[in-house]
Amino acid sequence: MTAVFVVFVYVQDALMNQYKLEEQDIKDVFITVDCPENHVTSIETFVTYRVITKTTRSEFDSSEYEVRRRYQDFLWLKGKLEEAHPTLIINPLPEKFVMKGMMERFNDDFIETRRKALHKFVNRIADHPILSFNEDFKVFLTAQAWELASHKKQGPGLLSRMGETVRTVAASVRGVQNRPEEFTAMIDYVETFSQKMGMLDKIAQRTVKEQKEYLEGMKECGPVYTLWSGSEDQLVEPLKAIAGCIDNCCKVTEEQVAGLSENQVPILHEYVLCAETLKAVLRRRDNIQAEYESKVDALANKKADKENLKHTDLSFVFGGFLGKNTEEAKQQKEQRLDCEMKELKEEIGRLEDKVECANNTLKVDWERWKRNMQGDVKSAFVDMADTNMNYYKKCLAIWESFLTSQKTDVHLEKDTDS
Amino acid sequence: MRGSEILERMADSTSEDVAVIGNTDFAAADLHNNTINTMTEEGVLKKMEISVSEAEKRTGKNAVNMQEIYTVYLIETRPVDAITEGQSTAPDSLWRRYSEFELLRNYLLVTFPYIVVPPLPEKRAEFVWHKLSADNMDPDFVERRRIGLENFLLRVASHSVLSKDKIFYLFLTQDDGWKDVVYDTGFQAKADSRLKALNATFRVKNPDKRYTELKHYSDELQSVISQLLRVRAKVADRLYGVYKVHGNYGRVFSEWSAIEREMGDGLQSAGHHMDAYAASVDDILEEEEHYADQLKEYLYYSEALRAVCRKHELIQYELEMAAQDLVSKKQQREELATGTVRTFSLKGMTSKLFGQETPEQREAKLKVLEEQIVEGEELVKTSNAECDEYVRNAWIDIDRFKEQKNQDLKEALISYAVMQISMCKKGIQVWTNAKECFSKM
Repeated sequence: MTAVFVVFVYVQDALMNQYKLEEQDIKDVFITVDCPENHVTSIETFVTYRVITKTTRSEFDSSEYEVRRRYQDFLWLKGKLEEAHPTLIINPLPEKFVMKGMMERFNDDFIETRRKALHKFVNRIADHPILSFNEDFKVFLTAQAWELASHKKQGPGLLSRMGETVRTVAASVRGVQNRPEEFTAMIDYVETFSQKMGMLDKIAQRTVKEQKEYLEGMKECGPVYTLWSGSEDQLVEPLKAIAGCIDNCCKVTEEQVAGLSENQVPILHEYVLCAETLKAVLRRRDNIQAEYESKVDALANKKADKENLKHTDLSFVFGGFLGKNTEEAKQQKEQRLDCEMKELKEEIGRLEDKVECANNTLKVDWERWKRNMQGDVKSAFVDMADTNMNYYKKCLAIWESFLTSQKTDVHLEKDTDS
Repeated sequence: MRGSEILERMADSTSEDVAVIGNTDFAAADLHNNTINTMTEEGVLKKMEISVSEAEKRTGKNAVNMQEIYTVYLIETRPVDAITEGQSTAPDSLWRRYSEFELLRNYLLVTFPYIVVPPLPEKRAEFVWHKLSADNMDPDFVERRRIGLENFLLRVASHSVLSKDKIFYLFLTQDDGWKDVVYDTGFQAKADSRLKALNATFRVKNPDKRYTELKHYSDELQSVISQLLRVRAKVADRLYGVYKVHGNYGRVFSEWSAIEREMGDGLQSAGHHMDAYAASVDDILEEEEHYADQLKEYLYYSEALRAVCRKHELIQYELEMAAQDLVSKKQQREELATGTVRTFSLKGMTSKLFGQETPEQREAKLKVLEEQIVEGEELVKTSNAECDEYVRNAWIDIDRFKEQKNQDLKEALISYAVMQISMCKKGIQVWTNAKECFSKM
């Protein structure tokens, strides 16, 4: 068991080193998620998405696959990946439920937003040097519906999974004793990052809301100018022109709102969820270390027991009750302790490796995540700036054409002063 | 400044030349009277530069002897020729409060009912969006009122008829006792009662069609400008919201930059641009307030227009009444002369019931009627003349008003477009700068 695990660690290390050498990911898996469709069964209604994979990797039997997956399947995949790689950072899935109500699930905008997020999700996994080689991921991409269903049923049984959970809970209750400084720094960072991202997400959404309300107000202006032109004779032309300009600006505003909603808002929201993922990853790392530490403590306790064995008279009392020879009892006890200590030492060795592996994978993946985050955030805000710049440029053109149509140049001079 | 623009334009539109005050051989009082006469003959604006330059708060006792705080405005005047001769004399000045402006305007309304009298800036802040204080003591409101009052004076001073009025001239120049002079004119007695005017509106039979159309127009103008001001206020409120939300970006970027190594600088500088963007809305909305004020002026002008139409209806109604009265009197005379009763009259009935009247009584009655008919014909003649004159004079001013309105509103629309352009240019600049900062993250 230990030998197999050691090999696993070396393989992981090798992969990590390979990744470090090749800074640019060579993309050889291309996935698209599209064509959402409603499925109605007697029990439920749900949406499936088409997942098309094109790849040149030798691990795949074919170069092209097409399957249909539903949201639950994506959730399952995420769970399996987290299980296999507890300290890798897996970008979040879109949220399961929408606050507003269940009917929203079938709303076109919601489905489209979700589809985009799912598309991103699988592509990020495909880009990840370790995750993309995961067996479950391959099954997800290639298996037909019934194959996937049966594959899902395999894997560690209910009892062993429960055991795993119990250990995790026990470890997390216990808490980690000697967390390395760099991971504490990460935890602090994630805490602040999570807060700030939450705020930015809210601000972005609020901006869109305010802009929409402004648009609603503007839409009422054009008609009033048009109405006014009906009462006038000389002023008909400029009034109608103003009404036209305002209506055109409204169209431009609609484009702007759409742009912000589609690009900037989802990215910020994704990183709010990401912060939670990071917290979970750091917790899992802590748990792994806690488990290791608990075994180390247990070993120390056993050693202490063995020491006490030499000096205490209690065993003599103990043996006396059972009618045994004191010396014999002591020896038996000592043997048992030695055996237990040996087992513990083996386990500690295994866990120590596990901790080191977890730490290393986390460290490397952290850097990768940070790079991605910077890129994503930068492009989100550059997009926002572009959207707003285009909005103002288009509006400027509309109003300048109005001035030209009124044939005035006297006011354009005044303009240059401001 | 807007005021001087109007000054220029109106000075151009009249053709009178600047006249110099004559030689100085008069006694002081005569000189003063002479000045008044000259001013009112030639029209004030030709001779004087007028401005409402300051506002101040005063405390005093009001009509019910209670303490009150009110604002006074400094009216400065300077003879035009003093400037053109290169002398920079200090302007004459006096303080007036809003209620005195109102008094002046009411006087003008009654004295020149056929003129579309320029309106005052609003008494209370209307069509406000939430940020703007509706309080009359608010400094922004006072400042906009100051500009509005100056505008009012300049419009009156450049009106060919109104500028020649003595009371107006004294308003600008006589510090003490102006109010008494106004009241002494007895203009309040000449004012038509609202009831009388309303009655005429409902009962007039043949008003001049142009005036009926004009009244409809003034109603439409009032309605549409009110709507526009309401919508504009809402949009201003929403625009404020959009800009201010971006201010939050600045704060959060700054806090976030503290934990980022590579992105920190970019975030910080982008944050500053977001703050600048949020702050820029205050200037933008202040400029828009001027546009709203221009619209408001014509909103209130529509009331003045309606007043001229109502006066026409009243005069027309009085003419119709006089004509009707004349017709009925003539009919009575005929009946009396021929002895036939064609129309029902109480006198006729009673005489039938209680006996015929004597020929002497009938003679006496006829004589009275003849006199009344002569008077009536005179009245109809003068009413007719009055009506014609009114229609003619008023239409001259209405034409002038229409020209002015078309020009002013077109300029207002253009300045609105200019404002939008300025806003767009600022926006482009801010986001270009922000994009640069984001790109460096």
